Order: sequence, then C-alpha cells, then structure tokens
Amino acid sequence: MNPRNAARLGLIAPVLVGLCTLGIWQAACRLFAIPVYLFPAPSDIVASLYANGPMLLHALGSTLYVTLVSLLVSVLLGTAIAVVLVQHRLLQASFMPYVIILQVTPIAAVAPLIIVLVKTTSMALVLCATLIAIFPVISNTLIGLGAVDPGLEAYFRMHKATRVQMLLRLRIPSALPMFMAGVRIASGLALVGAVVAEFVAGTGGNSAGLAYEILQSGFQMDIPRMFAALFLITVTGLVLHGGMTTIERLLLGRWMRPVT
Amino acid sequence: MSPVVGLWGVEKIFGSGVRALAPVDLEIQPGEFISLIGPSGCGKSTLLKVIASIHPPTAGLVRWWGRDFTHVGSEGHRMAFVFQDPTLMPWARVEDNVRLPLDLERVPASTAAPQVRAALEQVGLGHVLRHYPAQLSGGMKMRASIARALVTRPDLLLMDEPFGALDEFTRDRLDGEMARLCYENGLTTVFVTHSLYEAVFLSSRVIVMAANPGRIFGEYHIDPAIRRDDAFRLSDGFAHMCRDLSQMLTEATHATFAGAEGVSP
Ligand SMILES: Nc1ncnc2c1ncn2[C@@H]1O[C@H](COP(=O)(O)OP(=O)(O)OP(=O)(O)O)[C@@H](O)[C@H]1O
Ligand SMILES: [Mg+2]
Repeated sequence: MNPRNAARLGLIAPVLVGLCTLGIWQAACRLFAIPVYLFPAPSDIVASLYANGPMLLHALGSTLYVTLVSLLVSVLLGTAIAVVLVQHRLLQASFMPYVIILQVTPIAAVAPLIIVLVKTTSMALVLCATLIAIFPVISNTLIGLGAVDPGLEAYFRMHKATRVQMLLRLRIPSALPMFMAGVRIASGLALVGAVVAEFVAGTGGNSAGLAYEILQSGFQMDIPRMFAALFLITVTGLVLHGGMTTIERLLLGRWMRPVT
Repeated sequence: MSPVVGLWGVEKIFGSGVRALAPVDLEIQPGEFISLIGPSGCGKSTLLKVIASIHPPTAGLVRWWGRDFTHVGSEGHRMAFVFQDPTLMPWARVEDNVRLPLDLERVPASTAAPQVRAALEQVGLGHVLRHYPAQLSGGMKMRASIARALVTRPDLLLMDEPFGALDEFTRDRLDGEMARLCYENGLTTVFVTHSLYEAVFLSSRVIVMAANPGRIFGEYHIDPAIRRDDAFRLSDGFAHMCRDLSQMLTEATHATFAGAEGVSP
C-alpha cells in the first residue's frame, strides 16, 4: 500500500467507525423503543441542538470566553513565572514546591472557596481555570529554557554573544517545542477548569455556560439537551486541540516534530 | 615575522589534577596546515582549546600574531573553530545558521548576504541554503558547520576531529575539499584527527603527541607543494609517509605506556 492510500485510509477508517456507531445507536434506540428521557437517539440530540440552538450557543460563548481568557492568562503569566524562576537555582528551589502544591490540589476542591471569595462570577471562573491551566506552561517552559544544546551554548559564548543575544537567538528558540507542548496541554486543561468551575458555581443568567446547561437539563430530565451540551463541549475541546496542533506545526513543523 | 600562534612553555593542569599538557612549545607559521595526532586522552583537544583561548593555560605564554587575545577578531586576525559535532541550530535554515557569527558581530544584512552565499558555495551547499539542518545528511551538516566557520573569513581555522563521525567515503571527499580550500587560500589551519591517513593527506606538518603527561613527541613534515588529490592518496610516496608516521605514532604510544607505568601506583 502506498503512503498516500495509507493516509487516506487513516482518515476514512475513523469516520466509518463513527458512522457505524451512530447507525447502530439510532437503530437500537428505535428497535427497542427506548424512551427519550432514558437514552436519546442521535436524531433526538440533533433535534434538541436545533430547538435549543440560541440558548446553547450563548452558553458555548460563555464557556469559550472563560476557556480562552484563562488560556491567555496562563500562557502570559506562566511564561513570565518560568522566565523569572529560571534566572536562579535558589529561586526555582524556593517556589517550585508551591507551584506543585497548586498542581496536586484538585481544582474541584478549591473551586467552591474561590467562588465564595471572588465576587464577580466570570472572574472566579477564569481564576479556577487558570489555576489548573498554568501548571503545564510553567513546568514545560522551565524544562525548555534549561534544555539548551551545550555545544551551541559554547559556540555562542566563544563568539562573545551578549546576554540578550543568548536569550533571543538561543534560549527562546530552544525552549519553543517544550513551550508549545505545554500550551497545547494548557488549552485542554483550561476547558476542564472552566467546566468544573461552572458546575461548582452553578450560576445561570447571563454567564450561564455549557456546564450549567447540563445541570439544568438534568434537573428538568431533558436528556437530549444534556447530550447536546455535552456534544458542544467535546467539539470545543477538539477544535482547541486541533487549533493548537496546527499552530505548533506552523511554528516548528519543518525543523522539529512537536513534542508529544 | 611573528607566528600566527606561538605557545611557549604552555602547561594545562585541570582542577581534577590531570596534567593534560606538560610544557608545550609550538610556533604556527602563516599558511601551515598542522595536524595534531596521538593516542586518545593525550591532550589534542586541550591544546586546540588553549589555542582557541577556550581554556586558559595554567602556565606559559600564548601569543596570537604576536599579541594577546584581545586583538583576535579584528581584521586580519580572525579565528574560527569547528567542533566535532556540527552544532547547528535546528530551528534555523542553513543560510541563517551560516550567518550566525556575522549576526553576533552585528554585521549588516547587506554585507552578510554575499559572504554567506560565498561560504556556502565554497563547501558545495549553494543549492540547500533554504533547507533546515534536519533535512541534511551528516556530511552536509558538517559542510554547513565549516561554511559557518569560513563566513567570518578566518585567518586561522581550528578544527577538532570534524569528520570523525562520518563514513570513510564522505570523509575522504571532505578531506579533498578541505585541502583545496585551505591550500588555495593560504589559510592557516590546525586540525585534530585520529586518522593517520587523514593527517598525511591534509597536512604540511603533523604534530605527534604522547600522553601522561600530554606533550609533543615529534613532528613530521610533508611538502606543502604536493597536490592533495586522489592520485596523491594512491601514490607510493603517500604509503611511505603513512608508514613513517605510523612508526612514530607507535613510539609515541610506547612512550605513553612507559610513562604511565612510571606514575601509576
Ligand atoms: N574540562 C576538563 N576537566 C578535567 N579534565 C579534563 C577536561 N578536559 C580534558 N580533561 C583531561 O585532560 C586529558 C586530555 O584530554 P583531551 O580531551 O585533550 O584529550 P584528546 O587527546 O583530545 O583525546 P581524544 O582523542 O579522546 O579526543 C584527559 O585525561 C582528560 O580526561
Ligand atoms: Mg579530543
């Protein structure tokens, strides 16, 4: 089999699996006449998506807003923290334990406290999501900034490179693959953080997100709407992951395979 | 006329107490192609790094063009170093890698561009200047690394086993190109190698070193007027020189062992 056919098959096969699963799911629901409030068929979910379209889209917008803002904050703040910590061994030794404490404490356990402490709901949601998304940015950037080829470093030093030249032309490019991998992981965690925070906050109204829609659908036994909201969360995650992978490939593709 | 590099009574003792160089005296004249050869650990790399001022000597005097190191880098006193590994930046295209030393010196782009192109043409990489290092073979990466050294138009070229990691065919071809480049341009070169054939093929003077402590054991002179081509490699003269040098190397190795017996507990 030539490589192009193999690549085409790699695309077609998962699509076929998906279509078959949907077909069997639909057929089983109809055949055994499973009530919609127990387990909806794909067609029921599509119908619900359509019927609740405006409301779900609004919720999607909220969740996406929290996710993207926390991702942005995580990347900016996380990079800044890593750049400061990498300056001195002692600095890193003193603060790293706290970064790790932050990481190992489950966000769902901290979220209620944050919701209580922070008045503005959207701010509290962003804070929760940032708390978990920032860790991979910090740790990957730290590793990346430390992973400079010693041969190249010797070469730069021999040519009397300045500190700024070392940073811009050696350290930052060397760190880029690890950094981008960290940002990709952070994008997934920001979504997780946003959804968890919404569950805990349980706020409706203008800042109601997809997680709130899932909660509400549960209370109202509107299972198709629950699936529809879940579907939108999954699609958001996939689009984020795809987008990040694309950016990574554009930035590093030709010279290095992205770190996985 | 002062030598390109002069070393007088140079010693190097590392912090670990290793006597890497016992007193070494060496004067390198303009246009010479010098090879450093000797058993592993005899201090070839250390000597080259002292010449490059990467390591300061523990004792003795080193002079570049009769002056101290601060003058190295000025016009007519340029030095370039080629490491055993190509040490290219994987994120930069070949042309950007080669331009690096000029960028670090803040040479304006308009001046740098023709120099970069010329250096790449010299090593036969004119056709891959937009490639990334990952797209090059081992031999091509080494050529790019040499182009990066040539782009500064060095007056003294230092190379530490540059072709050690390459297969024999590639190494022979690069040796031929290196010889042409250095002899045609009258470039003063110091070349560390493990290969006796490479040393004979390239050099006008081979310095044989012995270990424990690292020192110069002897010298072997080869007529610089000889054309370094495949015919030379196949000639009887070449075979003779290899045999003579081989004998000297054997003696140097025995001297090493005798010395080692003397100091080992
Ligand atoms: N940075 C260093 N610190 C301490 N000892 C060193 C250092 N560099 C080299 N040495 C020691 O100095 C001696 C000479 O080393 P050097 O690298 O110059 O040998 P070499 O002739 O280049 O060997 P090879 O052919 O294996 O490259 C060795 O005993 C080595 O262990
Ligand atoms: Mg060596």
